[in-house]
Amino acid sequence: MAGNNFFSYISSFTKNGELEMSNGYDIVVCGSLVPDPLQTLEPIMGPQGPGLKNEMMLPAVLDPWAGHALYEADHLAKKTEGSRVFLVSIGPKAKLQQLMMAIGQKASFELIVKDGPASGFTDAADTARVLAEAIESIPGLDKSKLLVFGGCASASRDAGVTMQMVGEKLGITDHFLAVDALEISDSGSLKIKERAESGQYLLSECSAPPALIAWATGNLPEPPNNPQIGMANMRKIMPALQQAGPAGIESAGLSFAEVTIPQQKRDTKIEKDMPVDDIAREIVEWIKG
Amino acid sequence: MSDERQTMQVDIVCVGFGPSTAGFLHTLNKSINDENGMPVLQSQAVPGMPLQVMCYERADDISFGVSGIVTEAKAIKESLSAEELSQIPMATSVKNEEIFYLLDSTGASRRSGAVKFTDKLLNMMAKDGAYRLPVIPGFLNKHNGMIFSMGQFMQWVGAQIMGAGLIQVWPAMPVDSALIENQSVKGVRLADQGVDKNGKPDAGYMPGMDVQAALTVVGDGPVGPVGQQLNRHFGMPEGNHLRDWAVGMKAVVELPENSALKEGTVIHTLGFPEPEIFGFMYGLPDNKASLGIFVPSWFENPARNVYRYFQHWMQHPKMQVYLKDATLTSWGAKSLQEDGLRGEPLLVGDGFARIGEGSGCTNILSNSGVDEAWKSGVLLAEGVISLLKNNEPFTKENLERAYVGPRRKSWIHTDNIKAKGARDGFQSGFVKGMIGMGTAGISGGKFKYNETVKRPHEGVNSYEEYFKGIITPSDLESIKKEAFSKGTNLYDAIMDKAGWPKIQHDNKLFVSHQDALLLGGKVQANAGYADHVVFTDEAICKACGEKRCVDMCSGQAIIPGENGVPEFDREKCVHCGACLWNCTRANKENPEESNIQFKAGSGGLHSAEN
Repeated sequence: MAGNNFFSYISSFTKNGELEMSNGYDIVVCGSLVPDPLQTLEPIMGPQGPGLKNEMMLPAVLDPWAGHALYEADHLAKKTEGSRVFLVSIGPKAKLQQLMMAIGQKASFELIVKDGPASGFTDAADTARVLAEAIESIPGLDKSKLLVFGGCASASRDAGVTMQMVGEKLGITDHFLAVDALEISDSGSLKIKERAESGQYLLSECSAPPALIAWATGNLPEPPNNPQIGMANMRKIMPALQQAGPAGIESAGLSFAEVTIPQQKRDTKIEKDMPVDDIAREIVEWIKG
Repeated sequence: MSDERQTMQVDIVCVGFGPSTAGFLHTLNKSINDENGMPVLQSQAVPGMPLQVMCYERADDISFGVSGIVTEAKAIKESLSAEELSQIPMATSVKNEEIFYLLDSTGASRRSGAVKFTDKLLNMMAKDGAYRLPVIPGFLNKHNGMIFSMGQFMQWVGAQIMGAGLIQVWPAMPVDSALIENQSVKGVRLADQGVDKNGKPDAGYMPGMDVQAALTVVGDGPVGPVGQQLNRHFGMPEGNHLRDWAVGMKAVVELPENSALKEGTVIHTLGFPEPEIFGFMYGLPDNKASLGIFVPSWFENPARNVYRYFQHWMQHPKMQVYLKDATLTSWGAKSLQEDGLRGEPLLVGDGFARIGEGSGCTNILSNSGVDEAWKSGVLLAEGVISLLKNNEPFTKENLERAYVGPRRKSWIHTDNIKAKGARDGFQSGFVKGMIGMGTAGISGGKFKYNETVKRPHEGVNSYEEYFKGIITPSDLESIKKEAFSKGTNLYDAIMDKAGWPKIQHDNKLFVSHQDALLLGGKVQANAGYADHVVFTDEAICKACGEKRCVDMCSGQAIIPGENGVPEFDREKCVHCGACLWNCTRANKENPEESNIQFKAGSGGLHSAEN
């Protein structure tokens, strides 16, 4: 349903028949790095299975969907006193260290690192298990305040099911996928706007955490770099990286028959303020040759 | 977001994370704590804590470097063990060096009578359109040296520095300016965020933080805004100037299997596409190669588009021996400060020290800059450690004694004395320049031309002068009219008219300029920063007939504007800084500067392979 007031919700449900007032959330964001999508990415089959050629050499960025989730988490935590934000990342810790210098200035969070592959050629269930175990191990985690955030998709692990499995393993039953907006009502319930089919939205109300929210794009711009946030984050990020244990992703029984990419032809033309119809027309002409 | 400007106190703040800052921080990092993790160097800014050191880098990542490096690596090998060197990705040792004189394979190259005579002479002994020099002059030799990818080297060193958790290197954080009070530098001001293109507060305005520090280490390269500010404020030493420049455009390619180029091979070229343009190609591990060309400021062609020349260079029959079926994987460009010792600014003052390329340490005879930059950082770190241990403040006198004194005694200075003026002959042309380089190199700097180096904008020809006898004035006029009416550059049409063959794109090695721009990685600037390229006096731009800033822009970020003033698109800027010295018009107040300002800005990250 798309209307003027997206939060005139169409469904609502409560936990134990009661509405609860939140005193802050434990927001856990699942997200990691992906190779900068502008790089030339070439999948290869190596002795350890499929991977990206020169993966460790490629510049990495925070997975864009995870980025939306992190910025939404930071925004919500600032509005809700007593909240904590954690970022749980599976990735090569040397690359994660570099990534943290880029995102550590944008949002306040505590980092939990599992040293492992980030190429995307891992089993979604195994990835979900490692993420869930990492979340369970957060000291003092209060599941009654737990909001698990992540991307509804990923630039590298686009199975589209990982977050749901994380939620299931944590015993969270309220899952919201492809979320574009989250609001906290005066009563403390979560009002959620999810993407549905055919350009429509599903508006839901959830009485209280725990909940799993897999973000689509969100509505927040990327925050500016704030050196003071960076300084504060770094006191916890570096020890977390140094203490990072192995992810233990084995993907036993998983086999890949082949990894290939389609033939590409690049022909970049940078246009600004060009009507979409004209862009579409030009692309069609280009494809026709 | 608060409109109030925040402040923060640290002990040392560094501007820019290039090889000199890396050498500085790598050396300092080892001395902050002892082997038991107890602080040896204590913080004055935050009592009770170890030394607080912060570094701010403009690019979005610390692997921004743009250079295939071949270096003797004297200083780098002093700092890093053989085991550490072996861990650096895409690095290898120099195994073979060759220099080729490339003959004109197109008939379009603009060659003097002396060069044409040389062509005829060497043509008899040439193979694949190139003559291999029988010997490599000792001053150019990199025997026992190393080949690096700058991006990978910086990424690896950065990880070592930050891994200890004592020093923070923050990318995507341009430094706007130094904080100067009473002729003393008190730290830096970071660039404002949430501003419009003119720097005025906009949505999400956040004033750049003032980072106050007892010592500001300036290693922001040859076009860095803080280095420029210090040059303006304190002036250059008598007789020194920044007039000799080049833009280096380079790429990394994946070679076909069984390529003729082997790992560890170093190739240098001269003679083509124009005699004034030099090229290089280095064989990297895993069947990759780093290659590129240099276009110097004394090259008089007003239509000097480096990307177009780079493609012609790659098409040369000799280069095709190595590059046939190769694939371009990354690309980038940067300005090189080529004044050497003559470009040395005031190295120290109260509260600041200069290191790296912007401190005039590049050796213009051996064409070596990275190792010298690293060494300058190491020397400063050693001086700083000594001052900190003795509780001596970072005054000009103390920094002179602890840093400048040892630098004057080191090989980077003594070698640079020999190199000083070695390239002066190029002011009178390619042939005289080569003779000057040769005699200076062979005689250990005793014999040189010692000519006055013109300011970059003084050596510019008009299109009419440069292409006299090649393109008629009426054809030039119609090309100009068409380009200005369409808002496009001039160089393609002019080079086509001058006989250069059109570049056929193959979607592998030969791709469009915009494809190359995006191929390398995240170039685009972050949102919310002001334009960092500014046209100072619009009336001067309107009257300018060359608009060389448009034709030479490495990222096609400067385009013709409707009212005669070029427009700048910072999202395409690769921060090569070449517009600063390619502008053909002098600044009205300071003839040493041009009508273009290159300020602090975000973006410009190149591929980590570069």
